[in-house]
Amino acid sequence: MRDKEMTTPDVRIDEAGTTGIRPLLEIRDLAITFKTGGGEVKAVRDAHLTIMPGETVAIVGESGSGKSTTALAAIGLLPNNGKVSGGQILLDGEDIAHASEQRMIELRGNTIGMVPQDPMSNLNPVWKIGYQVRETLRANGRPSGPDDIAKVLSQAGLPDAKRRANQYPHEFSGGMRQRALIAIGLSCQPRLLIADEPTSALDVTVQRQILDHLETMTNELGTSVLLITHDLGLAAERADKVVVMYQGRVVEAGPSLELLRNPQHPYTKRLVESAPSLASRRIQVAKEQGVETTDLLAPAAETAKSDTFLQIQDLRKVYKLRQGLGKAADFAAVDGVSFDVRRGTTTAIVGESGSGKSTVAKMVLQLEKPTDGRILFDGVDTSALKPAELFKFRRRVQPIFQDPYGSLDPMYNIYRTIEEPLRVHKIGDQASREKKVRTLLDQVALPQSAMQRYPNELSGGQRQRVAIARALALDPEVIICDEAVSALDVLVQAQVLNLLADLQANLGLTYLFITHDLAVVRQIADHVCVMEKGRLVETGSTDDVFESPQQDYTKALLNAIPGAKLMLPPEVA
Amino acid sequence: MTSNKNHFVAPIDETPLQATDAVKTDQAPLSLWADAWRKLRRRPLFIISALLILALVVIALFPGLFTSTPPNEGCELANSEGGPTAGHPFGFTFQGCDVYSRVIHGTQASLSVGLLSVLCVLVIGVTLGALAGYYGGWIDAVLARLGDIFFALPLVLGALVITQLPLFRENKSVWTVVFVISLLAWPQMARITRGAVIEVRNSDFVTAARALGVSKFGALIRHVLPNALAPIIVLATLELGVFIVAEATLSFLGIGLPQSIMSWGNDIAGAQASIRTRPEIMLYPAAALSITVLSFIMLGDAVRDALDPKSRQR
Amino acid sequence: MIRFILRRLLQVIPVFLGTTLLVYYMVFALPGDPIAALFGDRQPPQAVIDTLRSQYHLDQPFWVQYGLFLKNLFTFNLGNDFTGQPIAASLARVFPVTAMLAVEALAIQAIFGVAFGVFAGLRRGGWFDSTVLVASLVVIAVPTFVLGFVFQLVFGVKLGWAKPTVGANADWVTLLLPAVVLGLVSFAYVLRLTRASVSENMNADYVRTATAKGLSRPRVVLAHILRNSLIPVVTYLGANLGGLMGGAIVTEGIFNVPGVGNKLYQAVLRSEGPTIVSIVSVLVLVFVVANLLVDLLYAWLDPRIRYDQ
Repeated sequence: MRDKEMTTPDVRIDEAGTTGIRPLLEIRDLAITFKTGGGEVKAVRDAHLTIMPGETVAIVGESGSGKSTTALAAIGLLPNNGKVSGGQILLDGEDIAHASEQRMIELRGNTIGMVPQDPMSNLNPVWKIGYQVRETLRANGRPSGPDDIAKVLSQAGLPDAKRRANQYPHEFSGGMRQRALIAIGLSCQPRLLIADEPTSALDVTVQRQILDHLETMTNELGTSVLLITHDLGLAAERADKVVVMYQGRVVEAGPSLELLRNPQHPYTKRLVESAPSLASRRIQVAKEQGVETTDLLAPAAETAKSDTFLQIQDLRKVYKLRQGLGKAADFAAVDGVSFDVRRGTTTAIVGESGSGKSTVAKMVLQLEKPTDGRILFDGVDTSALKPAELFKFRRRVQPIFQDPYGSLDPMYNIYRTIEEPLRVHKIGDQASREKKVRTLLDQVALPQSAMQRYPNELSGGQRQRVAIARALALDPEVIICDEAVSALDVLVQAQVLNLLADLQANLGLTYLFITHDLAVVRQIADHVCVMEKGRLVETGSTDDVFESPQQDYTKALLNAIPGAKLMLPPEVA
Repeated sequence: MTSNKNHFVAPIDETPLQATDAVKTDQAPLSLWADAWRKLRRRPLFIISALLILALVVIALFPGLFTSTPPNEGCELANSEGGPTAGHPFGFTFQGCDVYSRVIHGTQASLSVGLLSVLCVLVIGVTLGALAGYYGGWIDAVLARLGDIFFALPLVLGALVITQLPLFRENKSVWTVVFVISLLAWPQMARITRGAVIEVRNSDFVTAARALGVSKFGALIRHVLPNALAPIIVLATLELGVFIVAEATLSFLGIGLPQSIMSWGNDIAGAQASIRTRPEIMLYPAAALSITVLSFIMLGDAVRDALDPKSRQR
Repeated sequence: MIRFILRRLLQVIPVFLGTTLLVYYMVFALPGDPIAALFGDRQPPQAVIDTLRSQYHLDQPFWVQYGLFLKNLFTFNLGNDFTGQPIAASLARVFPVTAMLAVEALAIQAIFGVAFGVFAGLRRGGWFDSTVLVASLVVIAVPTFVLGFVFQLVFGVKLGWAKPTVGANADWVTLLLPAVVLGLVSFAYVLRLTRASVSENMNADYVRTATAKGLSRPRVVLAHILRNSLIPVVTYLGANLGGLMGGAIVTEGIFNVPGVGNKLYQAVLRSEGPTIVSIVSVLVLVFVVANLLVDLLYAWLDPRIRYDQ
């Protein structure tokens, strides 16, 4: 047994002096199949990875790559219709791929811990936080008094842990819940921690704090970490080794920086090229297409040419928050925001959740009324628009929303979806509308055969293209992208961003781009507005803001971009 | 191939970078309804219930095809509680009427009360529920309280009171029963509709439609309601069964359909007299009633499964 | 929590007022002579008419009538029925019987419904699940009054396991058969609801996390799956109390249980309007209070509710 192990190519015996140290977790030729309505589906094939004691290994891949499935198999938590159909999962030499449920219960918690993905759904809403920590301690035979619980929670960075333990999950913010989950995952000092996208649901600044804290804790405890993430930059920054998975297979694995600087597999290469957190420049589409490039490359000339198209002046939006029994408090979601958008450029509004950025977008779209302040569109105050004028305004300003699943009516096929704006505005007849729809599909690089399909039959990226085609149907001048690429996988995100840049170059569109992701901003925006808690913190050209941020908040945001500080050798960048 | 023996690269031919952007062209397009219909067709539960309901509808429309004995005729006290004879397979009631003929002719009353009540409840409940859910504000508040009031009155109790009104006591008919049931049952439909509409109301596709220039009411009709229909349809099918039971219960208590209308509820009430001696007199209308209700409940179940958004591919 | 209770209490008042107003209005204030209408085609003695007139203050404006009616309701001064018996006293006699019946039925449906539902939900698609599901469909489809006669005939008359009719001396044992009949339909609904809830919660993220913590299977099932699945079930059980009462009218009639339902049924048979209005109003009050209690229980079971604006 031991001999065989030594001869397998995955066992590393070359790191000086570590010969004889057994890997804590070794996955060999792992295959996982799922039973579905249409037969058996192989979700993972020939997966392999090795984690040495104290090491952090990251699996990177897009949704459906099998990264989470592989990790769940290691803790015996595959869904009921999934099973390990081949290979081994060796935990300290013991094959646990087919271990009994009893054995897995012994291992979970104190040998293998888990920090799950979504802090909102992973804590049981009906039990107090302290109870959920206590049952973990108890199940693993550890002392579980109030002091022990408080200690576990405060170690995970929860302030005022004694009082917090008596609260319910819904009284916690997302970041605090994630800390509670980390506390639970590490409470029994496991030797291996599986962290499945532990921070992807959180704001970047919170994400950074939590990952820092997790790193400190696991270093102190000597815990090995299997980190699952879709973000190559984050993986490279946090892990010693990175394993790249694609369509259920491991396509490339190696030391983080090595892999990042010298990707070998075409998929990894594409991933490195597309990762927004690693890219450092605006997408230069115009240049590639041979269009006159001075527009994009010479900001000075551009400023002189383009006029101010959209002026936001001292915009305010106040909501009444009900506080029960007739009392109400004012809450300013947007407070005194002013900025200009120039024709043919992209302005990004960046901020974390609750910054008021989406409220600004809704007000610009005339879907919400501002409490105060003005929005001038092409010199006209939009608040004074009559219904007929508003109807015309809608032709010129169109939105694209975040969730490609939610922004298309599931009852409408693609043709009806894209045709609807034309029908509503009574443009053309049946034949000319159909022609227009076909042209639009070409513009967003969707095949004509998609016309009779329904949204549920398309992939996320395809749906977002349909949404773009619908937005373009009325030949608008301004497009408001509200987190338009946030829900997409990295490669698809890059495709859609490129498409948007292409369209801008060809159609002279003006974009107002709402996003939480500074990395994306760098790729697409000319100007940036940074918002925090309803207020505008900093504005400026993208280059200025990225190279010499003035405000602490902007600096914190920039610092929080995972992998931002990983210097890439010039041949990759 | 690898620059370092720690650096693993899969052979490229093993993991081709497939075009993930292909659009399926091998199947017919699947709208929600087409998808649901495809799933329904394969479910035995649906096939059985649909066939049963079809048979019931034919019986209700053309009772003459199934029995040559006209309703309420040929009742002779000499036949009281008589056993099955040629042409009278189920025997005779206490009054000496043909049980089989009564069961066949009773179908019409049960089905029409059920269908008409569901229609009324749909019209009232969906309209009010959709308005309340979509517009919110005071409409919602008023409707919610109004609904609460009717909600606090269980169907049988409420019916007991309403049917005490002289207007109802003297004009018992299918319509009074439909009125009573609809009046007491609309709040549940309104609640379900309201919930479904609220769920859809804030979808991005509704906001997108508004941003395209679709009017607020237009968005309700074109986008919100069609997407809120699934739970409404499921409840409507289930309520068909519930209302048929309600009619039978009211008739059984003597406050539903008048004796002159053949209905299973009346038959069961009448058969009480023979329960100890000839229980099968009660058994036949009871079985007919139960099978009818079962068909609609099975249909509702099958439709619920077929329309379950969770079972749809994303 | 206290604010939640207060708000719910405030919401209950208009519902109770509205419902009783509706009931009262329908019987006493619609066009025509209400007293004459109450008796249909029968001619009541003049003395009865006079008593009723003063009892319902028919010479007063409607709002005064309704106000006095409410006052009487809360002081349990419900007047006399047509036989001259005070309604309040006979209600006090029959109410405990119905309460016993309802509690027994509720217990049957809650205990068996939840237990069967949990087992079916945990092994969704298994033989137990399939059997129970088909059985529950059949139970739902057979109306209570049919079920009542069948059970009475089979278990009461043919097999002799129970007394076919309850009669004057109702106790827990004699009430068992009617309670089973009464509880059976809702039992099927509770079962299906529990099953659906359990199989949904089984796939919840927090259940997976609980397993990942190293908890034993029974602990995960009890503390996480079952605990959370009970929330909708309890709400249903509470809302169903009204339905139980409706069913009690039929069941008590069939089994001759001396309860509220039977009393009401007799009043309906005799078209005793005032008795009907009084009993229904008392019952509405009971439902409203019961629903309030269920809401509080719900808030206790689901801590998120208490903070919902």
